[in-house]
Amino acid sequence: MQRWQGLPASDGIAIGPAWIFRPRQIQVQRRHVQDADAEWHRLETAVAQALAQLDVLAVQARAAVGEEQAAIFEAHALFLSDEELLAMLRQAIFSEHVNAEAAVEQSFEHYAALLLSLDNEYFQARAQDVRDVKRRLLRILSGCESEGAVSPSHPAVILAEDLTPSDTVQFERNKILGLCTVRGGPTSHTAILARALGVPAIVSAPLALDAIPTNATVILDGDTGEVTLNPTEEAMAQARRRQRQWLARRTKAISTAHEQAVTMDGHSVEVVANVGRIEDVQQALDMGAEGVGLFRTEFLYLDRSAMPTEEEQIQVYRQVFELLDGRPVVVRTLDIGGDKPAPYLDLAPEPNPFLGWRAIRMMDQRPDVLQAQLRALLIAAGRTDADLRIMLPLVSRLDEVRGARALLEDVRESLVKTGTPIPLRLQFGMMVETPAAALLAHHFADEVDFFSIGTNDLTQYTLAVDRTNERVAHLASPYHPAVLRLIAMTIAAAHERGKWVGLCGEFASDVLAVPILLGLGLDEFSMAPAAIPRVKEAIRHWHLPRCQEIARNVLEFPTAEAVEDYLMENMQ
Amino acid sequence: MSITRRIRLFEDIPMPAVTLTVNHPAGLHARPAAAFVKTAAAFPCRITVRNVHDDTPPVNAKSILSVLTLGVHQGYEIEVESQGEQAQEALDAIVNLIESNFGESE
Repeated sequence: MQRWQGLPASDGIAIGPAWIFRPRQIQVQRRHVQDADAEWHRLETAVAQALAQLDVLAVQARAAVGEEQAAIFEAHALFLSDEELLAMLRQAIFSEHVNAEAAVEQSFEHYAALLLSLDNEYFQARAQDVRDVKRRLLRILSGCESEGAVSPSHPAVILAEDLTPSDTVQFERNKILGLCTVRGGPTSHTAILARALGVPAIVSAPLALDAIPTNATVILDGDTGEVTLNPTEEAMAQARRRQRQWLARRTKAISTAHEQAVTMDGHSVEVVANVGRIEDVQQALDMGAEGVGLFRTEFLYLDRSAMPTEEEQIQVYRQVFELLDGRPVVVRTLDIGGDKPAPYLDLAPEPNPFLGWRAIRMMDQRPDVLQAQLRALLIAAGRTDADLRIMLPLVSRLDEVRGARALLEDVRESLVKTGTPIPLRLQFGMMVETPAAALLAHHFADEVDFFSIGTNDLTQYTLAVDRTNERVAHLASPYHPAVLRLIAMTIAAAHERGKWVGLCGEFASDVLAVPILLGLGLDEFSMAPAAIPRVKEAIRHWHLPRCQEIARNVLEFPTAEAVEDYLMENMQ
Repeated sequence: MSITRRIRLFEDIPMPAVTLTVNHPAGLHARPAAAFVKTAAAFPCRITVRNVHDDTPPVNAKSILSVLTLGVHQGYEIEVESQGEQAQEALDAIVNLIESNFGESE
C-alpha cells in the first residue's frame, strides 16, 4: 500500500481501477522555411480550423457541463485572435523564417512562461489554457486532426499529470469515478469539472504516474486529499465505510428533490430538465427531474461533414426515451444557424445569425432536414412507448407551425402505411421566444398542444440586446416588465384554450423568479439538472395566492430593477 | 474609485491617460479581462495599460494575453493611456466599463 497527500478539490470517496491519462506528445521540429508566405498561409488555415473546433466544443460544453466550461473554450478562441500573439507568430515566420510549428511553440510558450511567473494560482492556471490552445494548433498542423478520443473503456479513477479542458471534454462522463492530478490547484479545470459532475477529485498529488500500473486499485478521498494505491484490506474496508457515509449524505440531500414540487397550499408544478446529450439524462433523473422539458438536438448535427443518418438519429432518441422510461420528453427540433459550422446545411456566415436563416426558418428551403428528424423521432418513440412532445424553435409566423404540422402528418401517415409502430401519445408544440409569438399567443394556441417559453431569446429579442455582446449583455434582464408581460400574455392565452405552458430558459432556475412564475400559472419549470433540488425547495415555501399577488404587482412596475428590489423584499 | 485625468504632451501629440482602480473580485481576469480587451479593440487608436501596483511597463490593451500577464487583482490600480484617433472616446469607454464594474451591478 502506498499513500500520498494532495489537495482536496471535490468531496467524496472514489474506489476503483486506475486509468492513467497520457496526452499524446507532439515533438516540434524547428525547420528553416524558404517560402514564408506559404508557411503563414498554412498557419492561418490551422488557426481557422482551431477556431471552428473551439466553437463546437463551447456548444458541447454548454450543454454537457455548463456555462463555466463553455466560457473556457470561448476564452481560448480569444487567444487565437490576440493581435500581439499573431504579430509574434508573423515575426517568427517572416523574419526568422521558421516553420509554423516552431513559431507556435515559441510564441505560446512565451506567454505561458510569463503567466507562470505571476505569484497567483489563478493567473498561473491560465498558462495551462495557453498550452492547451498551443497543442490544439500543433495537432492540426501535424495533420492528426482528431484528438484521439481517449477515454477509459470502463468506469475508472482517472490519474493525470494535468488535465486541460480539451482533455476532460473527451471523457465519457459515466466512466469517471474520480479525478486526480499531479499538478493544478483547487481552481483548475479538473476541480471545476469534478464538482460539476459530483465526483471526488484531488489535485497537486505528488504521484509518479509511470510507477502506477493501469487497473491497480486506487482510493481517492476527496474530503482529505489522500490518494491510496493498492490499499490493504483494512484500508479498503474503511474506505468503503466512508464511501457509504458519503453516498448516504448525498442521497439525503437529493432525496427531497425526488419528491414533487408542491406549494404550501397544495398547488403542484412539474419540474423537468434541460439536456443536450444522452449522458445528461441520467444525471437529470438523479437530481429529481420528472422528465425532460428541453432536449436540444444540435449535438447530433455539429462537428460532422454529413447529415446524421436516420438510423443514427433513431439510436440516440431511443436511448434517451428508454432512460426516461415513459416520463415526458420535449424534443426541440434542430435549432442551428449561421453562427455554427455544419457544412452540409448550406449555412453561410451571416452578419446577424440570431436574426437570420436558422431553426424553423430552414424548413422552406430544407424541408428534408426537419422531415428526417420527425421521422426518426416517431420511429424511436413508437419502439419505446415514449411520452414524446415535439417542439419547434424560433417560431414567429403561423405558417411555420402549420407547415411543420403538415410535414408531421405526412411522416405519420407514411409510417402507418408501412406498418411501422408510432407512439400512442404525441404532443406538438412550439417555443415562445419571439415577441411575435407571445403577442399572438392566442392564435398560436389554437395550432399547438403546448408552449415552452425560451426566456433567454425572448429577452434578447424583446429588449434588442445581443447577449453575446459584453457591452450590452447586462441589459438583458428577464425581470424587465416588458418581458414579464409577454410571459404573462403567453400563459393566459394558452390556459384560456386549455393548453399547458413550460419555461426552459435560465429564468426557470432563478429562485428569485419562482413566485412570479408560480403566480402567473406556469405549469412546467425546465432547467439545468443541478438547479432542480434548489428550485423544488423554493417552490415548497410559497402559497399560491401570495404568488398571484406578487405577479400582479410586478407587471405594473416600470423597470427590471424595481421588480428585483420588490422580489428581494418579499423573499420567503 | 479614484479617477485622475491628466493630459500629457509628448511631441505635441495629446495622450490622454487615466488611473483607475479595478474593483471586480476577479481583477483583470476571466470575463472582466475579456470585456476590457473587447472594449479597447473597438477603437482605432493605440491603447496601453499598465499595472500601477506592481509598476509594470505598459502593454497593448487590445491583447488578452498581454492583459492577463499584468496579473491585476481586485483593488489594484491600473493606468490606461491612448494615442491617436478617438483617443478620448476610447478612454471614456474604458472608464465607463470599469466604473460600472464590468456591467455587473455591485
